[in-house]
Amino acid sequence: MISEMQTGIQIGIYLVMALSVFAALAAVNLPNIFHAALAFIGTLLGIAGIFISLRADFLALAHILIYVGAVMTLVIFAIMLTQRLSDPNVRQHNNLSAPAFLGGLAFLTLMAKLIYTTPWPVKAAGTVPHVSVMDLGQALMTTYVFPFEVISVVLISALLGAIVIAKKDPL
Amino acid sequence: MDQIFVTLKSGILDQLGRFLPDWALVVHSVLISITAIAILGPVTMMYLTLLERKVVGRMQNRPGPNRVGKWGVLQPIADGIKMLTKEDIVPLRADGVLHFLAPVLIVMPALLVFAVIPFGRNMTPVNLNIGFLYFIAVSSTSAIPIFMASWGSRNKYALLGGMRVIAQMISYEVPMVLAAVPVLMLTGSLSTNDIVTAQSGWGGLQWFALTPWGFAGFIIFFLCGVAECNRSPFDLAEAESEIIAGFHTEYSGMKFALFYMAEFMNSFTVSAICTTLFLGGWQGPGFLPSWLWFFLKTYSLIFVMIWFRGTLPRFRIDQLMGLAWKLLLPMTLANILIAGFWHFTHGWIKIAGSIALVIASYEGLVRLNQRYTPEKRVYTFAE
Repeated sequence: MISEMQTGIQIGIYLVMALSVFAALAAVNLPNIFHAALAFIGTLLGIAGIFISLRADFLALAHILIYVGAVMTLVIFAIMLTQRLSDPNVRQHNNLSAPAFLGGLAFLTLMAKLIYTTPWPVKAAGTVPHVSVMDLGQALMTTYVFPFEVISVVLISALLGAIVIAKKDPL
Repeated sequence: MDQIFVTLKSGILDQLGRFLPDWALVVHSVLISITAIAILGPVTMMYLTLLERKVVGRMQNRPGPNRVGKWGVLQPIADGIKMLTKEDIVPLRADGVLHFLAPVLIVMPALLVFAVIPFGRNMTPVNLNIGFLYFIAVSSTSAIPIFMASWGSRNKYALLGGMRVIAQMISYEVPMVLAAVPVLMLTGSLSTNDIVTAQSGWGGLQWFALTPWGFAGFIIFFLCGVAECNRSPFDLAEAESEIIAGFHTEYSGMKFALFYMAEFMNSFTVSAICTTLFLGGWQGPGFLPSWLWFFLKTYSLIFVMIWFRGTLPRFRIDQLMGLAWKLLLPMTLANILIAGFWHFTHGWIKIAGSIALVIASYEGLVRLNQRYTPEKRVYTFAE
């Protein structure tokens, strides 16, 4: 029973991974920028699916809530303000293509080096610890309280900055 | 009576267990729940349309649909046949893929949310330990299909409607989540099951809505819920007197019906989650089965939504935004503080302290934020 279920789950995970890679390729290759944004939403949903398969369901849902629910909506708003957004004749490359390719390649080698040099402790399947919301909360309030507070300060200053920019009359 | 659906499901599984291997039984157990939800969603929607037309009709002093079947009970089926056989019109310049995908995708979040609703004792389809977060996350994605529809139609009015939807949904999500925070804080869990169990005192009547902070949270959450499913008086997205029909201007036939279905299923799930968080879910005195209590409370909330539609005129867009950001958001923040104080103190300190907090937050939020208005001068003619 366990093995049949597990093969089923594995096939599902590979499908989700293939789907997110496909959506990511679509996001960079589609000529219509609005379609590209929607394909990117597909990628984000696929990543959330991978999180779920790794039993990080809180992370998956927070990912959907923040990226799909909020960030992508803002991206779509920004797209609405661009010109020629559905013109199929827009060039997809400009003269910065080569430096961008080199930068991407450098980042990829860096990531590959990091991934290959990190020792990944492999455990038997089914023993992945399940991190509950309560564990996360306690970790944020004890071990990681300093980074947590720093992030709060950064967010508040961003908020204040937005208010100052949006204010009609100068202070 | 209380466990009738649970017994039914285990009975079916027992019969299947005679000739199916164990793993297939697990799959079937999931499939039975999914089938039940997939039937419940559309059927709820069909009969909500009838309920809405009947109730609004009654409020406007007319009988409502009464030709098809006794009291018009077959009206939704006649409507369904009409919708399915109507011509499907796609505008010439429309973005074909998006125009087609949007009505399909919008039903998905509406149906997915049903998975975490506790319909009765032992009747939560999926008992997620982060059920409420699941509800918020999944329903936050429903803005995107609406925007796809408005963009894909290539219609100015549709696009205006879509912009309004996005602005409205983002704004009302914030106070909606914050209004639910006191409940999550005091139950110490995000699971919808645990939230219902935490309200089981006083013979099933210890609902969070019966405490002062819970009552305030309930009202705010319900208002935001009505705004989240774009119902009147927050139906700016499809304001028919201003922008034809908003984001579904260019849809006809079954595609239009799918938008309608998503809207009604959303109003059902929002009422259901509101019931779960504040009205004790399926808890109630024992003379009625738990699922009946749940549906009674949910349908009373839906009735209130229809009542809103029959009574209130539509908001203006700046009033809508002002309500969310200037009134509901500060109120929810003060409510979180007061809920904590109310819960952790006792006796007269509790009541006096809470009243002091209410007054202090009023002073802080309203008085100190008032814009400076110069004194009114009176000019008199010189004699």
